Formats: sequence, C-alpha cells, structure tokens
Amino acid sequence: MTQKSKLKDEKMSSDSAEYSVIMRGVHKWYGQFHALKNINLNVRSAEKIVICGPSGSGKSTLIRCINRLEEHQKGEIIVDGIEISRDLKNIETVRREVGMVFQHFNLFPHLTVLENCTLAPIWVRKMPLAEANEMAMKYLERVKIPEQANKYPGQLSGGQQQRVAIARSLCMKPRIMLFDEPTSALDPEMIKEVLEVMIQLAGEGITMICVTHEMGFARTVADRVIFMDGGEIVEHNNPDEFFRNPQHERTKLFLSQILNH
Amino acid sequence: MVGPWAWIRKNFLSNTTNVIITLLACWFIIETVPMLLDWLFFDAAWTAENRDECRAKASGACWAVIGERFSLFTYGFYPIAERWRVNLSFVLMVFALIPILFDRAPLHKYALYIATALPLVAGWLLVGGLGLTPVETDQFGGFMLTLVIGITGIGFSLPLGLLLALGRQSNLRIIQIFSIGFIEFIRGVPLITLLFVASTMLNYFLPPGITFDLLFRVLIMVTLFASAYMAEVIRGGLQAIPKGQFEAADSMGLHYWSSMRLIILPQALKISIPGIVNTYISLYKDTTLVIIIGLLDPLGIGRASLADTRWTGLSNEVYLFVAIFFFISCFAMARYSLYLENKLKTDYRR
Ligand SMILES: Nc1ncnc2c1ncn2[C@@H]1O[C@H](COP(=O)(O)OP(=O)(O)O)[C@@H](O)[C@H]1O
Ligand SMILES: [Mg+2]
Repeated sequence: MTQKSKLKDEKMSSDSAEYSVIMRGVHKWYGQFHALKNINLNVRSAEKIVICGPSGSGKSTLIRCINRLEEHQKGEIIVDGIEISRDLKNIETVRREVGMVFQHFNLFPHLTVLENCTLAPIWVRKMPLAEANEMAMKYLERVKIPEQANKYPGQLSGGQQQRVAIARSLCMKPRIMLFDEPTSALDPEMIKEVLEVMIQLAGEGITMICVTHEMGFARTVADRVIFMDGGEIVEHNNPDEFFRNPQHERTKLFLSQILNH
Repeated sequence: MVGPWAWIRKNFLSNTTNVIITLLACWFIIETVPMLLDWLFFDAAWTAENRDECRAKASGACWAVIGERFSLFTYGFYPIAERWRVNLSFVLMVFALIPILFDRAPLHKYALYIATALPLVAGWLLVGGLGLTPVETDQFGGFMLTLVIGITGIGFSLPLGLLLALGRQSNLRIIQIFSIGFIEFIRGVPLITLLFVASTMLNYFLPPGITFDLLFRVLIMVTLFASAYMAEVIRGGLQAIPKGQFEAADSMGLHYWSSMRLIILPQALKISIPGIVNTYISLYKDTTLVIIIGLLDPLGIGRASLADTRWTGLSNEVYLFVAIFFFISCFAMARYSLYLENKLKTDYRR
C-alpha cells in the first residue's frame, strides 16, 4: 500500500466519523421529473443546517432521502458511516439514529401522547415499559407539556402536537434530527413555542437539518444556510454572509420575497 | 316553558306539517298496535295439539306449534341424550365472549387465547370423539346450526380478510395477484353457487373413498365468502389512513409488521367497524341459505313443521318466530358495533 493511498484511507474513515451525513452526486427522479440534481452536501456532526428555497425546489425530497423515505437513483448517501442502499437492515439502523419531525406532526391519533413517545423505544429499542415511560416523561418535560401526557393528540393545539412530535423523536435518542417545515402548519402564536424548543435542542450537540423559512431561527441557530432552487443547491454559506451578501440572483429574489412578505 | 308538554310541543307540534304528521302517526298506531298485540298475545293460543284446536280456542296466533317444536328449533336432530353438550358449548361461548368483547372484563388479557381455544373445545364437544360419543354433523340443526356456522364465519373471516386486504396491497406481485383474483372471484359468484360446489362438486375433486364432512365444507365456503367482503371493507379502512402515518412509523425504524400491528391496523380497523359488522350481519343471515343443500337451519325446521299436517297454514307464527331470533342476534351485533365505535373514539376532531 502506498503512503498516499493509506493517507486517503485514513481520511475516508475520519470522514465518516466527523460527518453525520455525506451526500455525493445525489440525483433523484420522480418518474421523468428530475427532483434532485447532483446534490453534494457534507454535514459535520453536531452541525446545524437550515435549508430554504421556494416551494417545489426539492427541500423535502432532499431530507427524506437521508432516512430513505424517498429513494435516490444516483450518487451516494452515507449517514453516520452507513451507506443508504437497498439493504433493509441498513435502512432500519439508520432510521433508528435519525429522528424526523414533519410539517403535519403525523402523531398517532389512536395513542395517547405518552404512548406516542414510548412506542418506538419499546418496540424498536426493546426498552422495558417503565423505563420508557420515565424517559418519555423526561422529554415531555423538556418540551414543556408533561401535563398532557395522557391526552390524545386530537385534544392538543397544533403547537403542542408539534412539541409532542419532537419529544417522540427525541425518545429514540437520535444523533441526527431532520425537520421538514415544522412550523409552517402552525398559527403564528404557536410558532414561537415550537422554535423555542428547537433552539434549546440546538444547544445540545445533536446534528440538525431543518427545512424552514424562519429566518430568525436560521440566524440564531444555523452554522450554515443552504438555498435550493429547481432541485439544486444554489448557494450555501454561514448565516451572516448568506443574509447580508447573497451571491446569486435567485437567492436575492427569494430572500426579498420572504423577508418582505 | 319546561316539562313534558314543552318537549312534545317542540318535537311534534312545532308547525302545521308537523302537527299533521303527528296526527297521522297517532292514527296509524291506534289502528295497528292493539290489533297486533291482540294477535300476538291476548288472543293467542299457547297450548294445543294441532291447528284446529288452536283455532277453536282463540282467534290470534297459534304458538302451540312453536312450543311443540321448540327443541327441534334449538337443537335440530342432535341426539337428546347428548344435548347437554350443546348447552355446555353455548354457556362456554357466552363466558368466552365476555372477556373477548369487553376490555374491562376479567381475563381480557387472554382474549386471543380464549378466542383460539373456544372453537376447538366447542368443536370437540359438538362433534365428539376423544371420549365423547361421536355425533354426525348432519344431525346438527336449528339455532345451534346457525350459531355454529355464523360464529365460525365471524371468527375466521376477519383474520382471513385482513390477510387478503394486506395481500392486495402487497409489493410482492404474486401475492397481490392471488389476493385480487381470490377476492374478485368470490365476490363475483353468489353464495348459493359456492354452497352447491361445497355439497356436490367437491366430491369429484377428492380422491374416491375420502369423504369430507358436508358441514365442514359449508363452513369453509361461508368463511371464504365472508372473508372476500371483509377484505374489501378493511382495504377501505387502510386507504383512509394518511400517508404520514406510514412515514412516521417508517422514520422510527419500525418493521412492516410492527407498524401494521401497532399503528396502521388499529386505526384502519376502527374506521372499518361499521363495515365489518355489516358483513358479519349479512353472513349471519346468509346462513339460512344452507337450507338449499339440505341442512336444517331454523328455516328448514320451520318448513318441516309446516309440512306436518297437524300444523299446516301456520307460516306467520313459524316465520315470525325465526325472524325474532335473527333480529335479536343481529340487533345485538349492531349495538355492540356502536358501543365499540364510541369506546375507541380518540380523534377529538373539531
Ligand atoms: N411523490 C412524488 N411524485 C412525483 N413528484 C413529486 C413527488 N414528491 C414531490 N414531487 C415533486 O418534486 C418536486 C420537489 O418536491 P418537494 O421536495 O416536496 O419540494 P419542497 O419541499 O421544496 O416544496 C416538486 O416539484 C414536486 O411536485
Ligand atoms: Mg416540502
């Protein structure tokens, strides 16, 4: 083995330790429609990424490829050192480490808040019931709704439901959290309570990839902001530069639209 | 204004049309109900040796025919000395149903085991063998036969229909094709045809010398028939579950079967309850079709009774009696379905 290739090997392995998510040349088609075009993105562990862009630009598709809710057709995606492929075992391993929060909460309406939170720890992690309950209560306290534990999701407000959804994901102790527009289905007065929880979470060393148009949140929390349009990453930069000095016309147009609406 | 008068004013006499309808309804009730009660009870003959004796005694219904044939209506031709086995099976069934149907009953935790054990124990009691005198199934009849067919169909068509519904949505092409083919074939033919196949044609396909109990064949056909309908009812429920529920389950790393069992099916089945019970009720009533292949269900017993020269012409009494039996069973199922729906209501949609 030559010195050079050995070095390269070491670099590779340190890559996967250092990076939570690696996307290289990722393409995705829905039938004929080219939804993701040559996506290259490395997310360091504990990094906070905000993805924004106009509707239909492929933001959801991108983060849903990370936990294989959507399948990519070309390129490679490596999550926590595991390459995402057809292999179901790998996919399940990755999904256990990756939490996801959806725009419409997707809580289980037939289960109580507490049962929503304990379901995956019990059935996926095989945790004993008492321990799972205790842990779930801890996370429900963190999202400030322990008193709702025995209600059903349908009895809660949108903001409360989304906080339950965050607690439910955290109960799996994920290393990576994906957020797909977590506040866009909420009334303005509820957005704040959800963002507060997310900001608090950001202080805790977890990797976060958030699709959101909350620019205040991006400024406070993000290490990098990514702008997507037409299935491509058009621009990425740290938040200060991104907002002060956008490079591309499309970014400028988008920013002027969402900041002046 | 409060009290009953106010309530009547509000509900029955609020405007002219309402007043007219109320008056018409009252007139209709006054005309018919006393007559009906007279026929049913006050002018009815309860004991007699034959129809003429009834007629001589009273102008109303002749219930004596039911009284004389009651055990036939209940047990069919099950040997009299062995009828305690039917009674015991019935009692066991009632005791088994309590923990199965009501989640606050004791032993509810074991509902699934009880539900599995009941058919085996009851089957053994009814058919015999293993220490009990064997009873040929062609001696089964009456309400007991209805219950045997109905409960077997009800018990097995749900799990089978569930598998067919999941199979129909499967990614495995072969399973999907089989499920669709099965469902569409069964739904495309009348139950009577299947019963005829069960009673005659199956014999051609079986090797000579092998006999296959007729009742057993009927049970299979009735179950298959109901399960095809069940599958479609459940498929409707599955389709009503939003995609987000599957995605949330997937994103947590649950396996297909876990997410089906814990998340999708509880919701899909809950939505399907009215349709499931509807299928149960029609299955239960369809058991009367077995008369066509010579099994003596209550209607068969009724017809046999009417063929007796002592009781000819009493079809009102006989059919009313059978109808009441079916109505009680089906009404109970309908009420239970409502109870279950209310109990499982957790979507406090505003
Ligand atoms: N399941 C699908 N089938 C076909 N096209 C889809 C599907 N999901 C998304 N798309 C298309 O892909 C593009 C990107 O969608 P999406 O990732 O949801 O965008 P965003 O989240 O940025 O609004 C859109 O044009 C959308 O119409
Ligand atoms: Mg989206």
